[in-house]
Amino acid sequence: MTDVLLQVAVILGVLNAPLILAALLIWLERRFLALLQDRYGPNRVGPLGLGIVLADMIKIFTKEDWVPPFADRAVFTLAPAVIVITGLMSVAVIPITETIGVTDLNIGLLFFLAMSSMGVYSVVLAGWASNNKYALLGGLRASAQMVSYEVFMGLSLMGVVLMAGSFSLRDIVAAQQDIWFIVPQFLGFVIFFIAGLAETHRLPFDLPEAEAELVAGFHSEYSGMKFGMFFVGEYVGVTVIAAMIVTLFFGGWMGPVLPGIVWFGLKLLFFILIFILLRAALPRPRFDQLMAFGWKVLLPLSLLNLVVTAGALLLWKA
Amino acid sequence: MSDAYLPILLIFGVSALNAVFMVALSHILNPRRPTPQKAMPYESGMIPLGDTRARFSVKFYLVAISFIVFDLEAVFLIPWAVEMRALGWSGFVAASIFVAVLTAGLVYEWKKGGLDWD
Repeated sequence: MTDVLLQVAVILGVLNAPLILAALLIWLERRFLALLQDRYGPNRVGPLGLGIVLADMIKIFTKEDWVPPFADRAVFTLAPAVIVITGLMSVAVIPITETIGVTDLNIGLLFFLAMSSMGVYSVVLAGWASNNKYALLGGLRASAQMVSYEVFMGLSLMGVVLMAGSFSLRDIVAAQQDIWFIVPQFLGFVIFFIAGLAETHRLPFDLPEAEAELVAGFHSEYSGMKFGMFFVGEYVGVTVIAAMIVTLFFGGWMGPVLPGIVWFGLKLLFFILIFILLRAALPRPRFDQLMAFGWKVLLPLSLLNLVVTAGALLLWKA
Repeated sequence: MSDAYLPILLIFGVSALNAVFMVALSHILNPRRPTPQKAMPYESGMIPLGDTRARFSVKFYLVAISFIVFDLEAVFLIPWAVEMRALGWSGFVAASIFVAVLTAGLVYEWKKGGLDWD
């Protein structure tokens, strides 16, 4: 009985952490971007402007929840729910420490890839159901971009699977006891990082919602909390990708002196800050450049990485 | 093993409830002030011309086709990757041939211009 209660407590804790983190990330991103651009950012509400998180939440819940009469009502409501659900479900397989974590699936890595594929439905359905030309174009771009980058996102991780010999994320972290996979799998890390940016359609790869061309892309017609859910979904996505980078390439909870949960948190924060830094530092490519880069550069590289890693491992064993 | 999937079911339930809660709460709290302008699709202030359900570039269709081919390739490579040590050199040679055939396919598509956007 206590086991079940403990399980439920862990699930609620792990599930709420990314939601609270998402709210805090909005504040963090605005403050950090402001710092990088030599301005103040939100600093009025509460200490350090942290009250803006609560103020935003109250504001967004009390805004008009407008469903346009020309939109497909059911699909229009479903689309933002999909991104929140898939984002939160991929958190389930991430091992935070040896003992903390919702579940340890033997196919944890595949589960993560499956959930990130399901996320595509959200933007496609949103773009289609909005019945707006900007939204449709944004949705099409998002689907093309996300399915393309998904191919080598999976392939780039197979190098890690080869080295660990398992899909279980806990086993993968344990396999990094001697050396973090960033060293032998540097190419895989770079490909996964770029694909992760494209999957979460964060800047510089935010072409589905490029404001200078498509207003707000696939969520042009969204407002109120439904827009807020896309926002939360995006930040949960960033958190999940950063957590996967930490788990797969940077030894997860491992580190000297400090307890595992602190190490995991520090590494996670570091990669989230890198994501924000990229937003401030990089310009947006053209859509054809993005697609060509994916298919002509990253896909051959990830295949090469796979074959070379396998060959090297077999030679080393022999 | 099925024990490991029970939390997945639970987390699906809780996150679905979360999403329903967000939609429902804003549905209860939100003010409703419809105006004729709000009922028009947003096109930067222009009166919308034509229907959204028009034709669009076939390029997106080509991307979807390539995706199916190369994602299936990944599906075949995934089980090999996890059992690579057990399969040894014969498995490596088989996987290399498979990758080589698909690379040839990629090169063919590339030369045919299937990967060029314009």
